[in-house]
Amino acid sequence: MDALDASVPAISPSRPFRASVVTFRALVGSGFRRYATYRQATVAGTFTNIVFGFLRCYVLLAVAAGTAGAMAGGYDARQLATFVWVGQGLLNVVGIWGWADLSERIRTGDIVADLVRPVSPVTAYLAADLGRGAHALLTRVAPPVLVGALFFPMATPSRWQTVPLFAASVLLAVVGSFGCRYLVNATAYWLADARGPLAFWTLGSGVLAGLYFPLRLLPDWLAVTLWVATPLPGLLQTPLDVLIERDPPALQAGLVALQAVWAVIMLALAGWVQRRAERKLVVQGG
Amino acid sequence: MGELRAYAALFGGRLRSATAYRTSFAVELVSNAAGTAIDVATVFVLYRAASVIGGFTLDEALMMTGITAFAFVLADLTVGNIDQLETYVRTGRLDAVLVRPLAVLPQLMLADLPLRKLMRLAVGLSVLGIALGRNDIDWTPGRALLLVTAPISGAVFFGAIFVMSAATAFWWVDSGKLGHGFTYGGRDFTSYPITVYGSWFRTLFAYALGFGFVSYQPALTLLGRADPLGLPDWSGYLSPLVALVAVGVAAVVWRLGVRHYRSTGS
Repeated sequence: MDALDASVPAISPSRPFRASVVTFRALVGSGFRRYATYRQATVAGTFTNIVFGFLRCYVLLAVAAGTAGAMAGGYDARQLATFVWVGQGLLNVVGIWGWADLSERIRTGDIVADLVRPVSPVTAYLAADLGRGAHALLTRVAPPVLVGALFFPMATPSRWQTVPLFAASVLLAVVGSFGCRYLVNATAYWLADARGPLAFWTLGSGVLAGLYFPLRLLPDWLAVTLWVATPLPGLLQTPLDVLIERDPPALQAGLVALQAVWAVIMLALAGWVQRRAERKLVVQGG
Repeated sequence: MGELRAYAALFGGRLRSATAYRTSFAVELVSNAAGTAIDVATVFVLYRAASVIGGFTLDEALMMTGITAFAFVLADLTVGNIDQLETYVRTGRLDAVLVRPLAVLPQLMLADLPLRKLMRLAVGLSVLGIALGRNDIDWTPGRALLLVTAPISGAVFFGAIFVMSAATAFWWVDSGKLGHGFTYGGRDFTSYPITVYGSWFRTLFAYALGFGFVSYQPALTLLGRADPLGLPDWSGYLSPLVALVAVGVAAVVWRLGVRHYRSTGS
């Protein structure tokens, strides 16, 4: 019995990455299954997305109707409708709101169980979050988009590049959003309670990601500052702009590249903060 | 008297727990106030693109936004945390509330009074003040009275909507987000002139559900503008009546819900 230790036998010693890939995939699957069990919440959330879709769509169309060229922020009526309805679906995929798992585990002390695992918490939670995003992509996007298409004329992409670019942009939005949310939740390592930072995040992310109104309605200098200096437009506005082909192809690719830069920065920051936190962490609870 | 003391104790406990994590609480206070400010800023941003939306100018629309902001904040502060009911029902914690010799609804409201929303009230009030300052209102005793009754009736109305939305949890446990469509959705609906909405959607929200009487009709009466949708001038004064009806319906729904409640747990 003296040979017993806590190391995990390598699944395939000749292929060292295999174990990581298998673990990551299992975690993604568990994230997916977890959200698949919340069926009532999925239906209730979809209903609310549709109500807000109507509210925002009518208001923005009225804004466009009140302008000289029937364009608001450079979008025509069809583009605005697409922006709103796809946005209501994508909102759940990107998962801007309502993730307080990490801060709750820090507050209660359950985080200690995450720290003893052989996978770093950032990687493990990222995997679970990708699973959550995949579930939302399959269940939460189609209903608002279908309702929107039923009631409003919508824009469809005309360039072939738009489709792969949109897919990449959505993935980057999920990763970027995860990084931001991880950082907001991680404030609980220092404050013990992250409700304040979470409230701040809910508020700032909604308006600055382009959920309340397209950011192009802001003065140019402000919009450009937001894009370059914060990761927030990359969470919703960029994928939506890509889908409705607001800009020429080269600029669109540039915006997605900017999104990628921010996603990497946020993940790196999350990792760094996690390491700092582990050095000072006092586990709560008893 | 004893009952009042019991409520005071519940409230005091809540106050202490809210201020236990000071930094977090301070950030929450500020974020909440900023939330209302952003809703109003959104109206300004939209009017940057178009000077007239749905037939109304920015100043006129602000009158509606102002009444809504103040009414919603007041309701959210006093009744809003009832949306925690979902958690109480799911975990069975409502049992503890039910066995106490106090009414259920006030207990839930006081035990969870969201003090972090306090600063919102100041923001809501100032939006209403700004709206009044930017519009040239021809004051009459009726209009002065309306200025007081409209926001308060609006708050009572939103409070009833909060209670009804929360009560859906008695039948449907994971219903949390469903109610948001009517509470926060109702706030967004009433922040703009209702002329912007499509006709069936407007009929449903404004007239069938009553949201049109929260801010749109009172604002028209205050501004002395005829309703482009054809309701008579005095319909702005109907808001207390609409609020009372909503409270009546909410009371019935709530009572049915409490009676329908089945505990949970092992």
